[in-house]
Amino acid sequence: MASSIGLLLPGMRLGGRDVLGAAHFHFPIGRITALLGPSGVGKSTLLRLLAGLLPLPPGARLDAPPGARIAWMGQQDLLLPWLDLLGNVTLGARLRGARPDMARARALIAEVGLKGHEAARPAELSGGMRQRAALARTLMEDRPLVLMDEPFSAVDAPTRHRLQTLAATLLRGRTVVLVTHDPLEALRLADQVLVLRPAPGGALPEAHPVPAAPVPRPAQDPAVMAAQAALLERLAEAA
Amino acid sequence: MRPLLAAFGLILLWEGFVRLSGVPPFLLPAPLRVAEVLWLRWHILWGHALTTGAEILLGLLLGTLLGVAVALALALWRGGRRWLLPLLVASQAIPVFAIAPLLTLWLGFGLASKIAMATIIIFFPVATAFYDGLRRTEPGWLDLAATMGASRFAVLWRIRVPAALPGLASGLRVAAAVAPIGAVVGEWVGASAGLGYVMLQANGRSQTDMMFAALAVLAAMAMALWFATDRLLRALLPWQPDALRDDDIPKALPGGTA
Repeated sequence: MASSIGLLLPGMRLGGRDVLGAAHFHFPIGRITALLGPSGVGKSTLLRLLAGLLPLPPGARLDAPPGARIAWMGQQDLLLPWLDLLGNVTLGARLRGARPDMARARALIAEVGLKGHEAARPAELSGGMRQRAALARTLMEDRPLVLMDEPFSAVDAPTRHRLQTLAATLLRGRTVVLVTHDPLEALRLADQVLVLRPAPGGALPEAHPVPAAPVPRPAQDPAVMAAQAALLERLAEAA
Repeated sequence: MRPLLAAFGLILLWEGFVRLSGVPPFLLPAPLRVAEVLWLRWHILWGHALTTGAEILLGLLLGTLLGVAVALALALWRGGRRWLLPLLVASQAIPVFAIAPLLTLWLGFGLASKIAMATIIIFFPVATAFYDGLRRTEPGWLDLAATMGASRFAVLWRIRVPAALPGLASGLRVAAAVAPIGAVVGEWVGASAGLGYVMLQANGRSQTDMMFAALAVLAAMAMALWFATDRLLRALLPWQPDALRDDDIPKALPGGTA
């Protein structure tokens, strides 16, 4: 079995514009890859290609373990307002016409710290709690590949910090591609950091070194802070 | 409470105007006189009100079913938009007054022609509001459903339809408000019962007070229908923002947008 999920891309045009250049992406299995870059560089496009939400362009090839399906976590929590927490967490099974595993859903709700709120509708939950609920729904899907599009961008900094630690713990062992704008988030959570840099024929990925400590890395780790400064400089250049 | 006070004030002004100006009752009867007629001829009005009420409710039921079916057809079937949409618009461009005689000719003087007219008036706001709701599903929800491997039917039934229910509810509120029009127009054109029939007869005999009494009953029925519909819809959709928030009392919601 391959040690990474590969995406061979001869380039990607969207709306008459070269969004992504010719590149071969590798996402190590069981590791977290963070994807950074200026706004509009094509991070979300790449994530949507991996999710199957955009058709692969001709000549592209996705090397993934057979039958590998994905779990998706977006910028908004995307909780359905008419379902309670338990209904939202078990949405996937309902949509596939399968019987949801209620015991597992309850266990996951407890793991993300929402025990006791099973019957609450999204409007009754705070922003941070809703993001936790979205995380539980993502984990409920139990997919080897988890795609996250700026999942914590809508919450305040301390909540984001707690959510990152929680996510890193619960996602351990899964292959994760995390799109983020936040260098600190990337360096706390990721085993591999890719920066998408705009280029004439479409954006190209560049690897950025990450500290050696295991994830989730503490924010006060000097290596993390130094790497964050370097990454910030690099992103400012790329824009 | 305030609407009642406002109505009471208006009635007081009306009574005062009639008494001071000495307008003859066949032109403008005073509210007390209308109330008297309402009281004395209640046994007649009651039966006609039941007829009109039945026409309105059956029209509302049929119009809602038809409207929901049309909206689903438009949302699901691409060709439907090309074929059905012009028909939908045409059905509203032709005034219901113009087709009322035809419907009476085809369906007779009884309930059927009035229900048909109420249905024609009602189905349009229902169909357009629900169709709009079905088209405006949050794209993020559709992406999420696609990554979860949902079938087209599951997406429709579990996401698009529930998400469109607040839209359908506003269509139903409009429908409830305009429903009496269809029934009453039908009764004007040709009927042997109903409040519209009473109004027409009273008008022909210069019994303006009776006409106002019938109008008062109709207005009361229309208001009761609207408020009952509004209450019911709020109770059925407790998760939508306007059910969570009272119109008059702003209430802070935990994590409303965060």
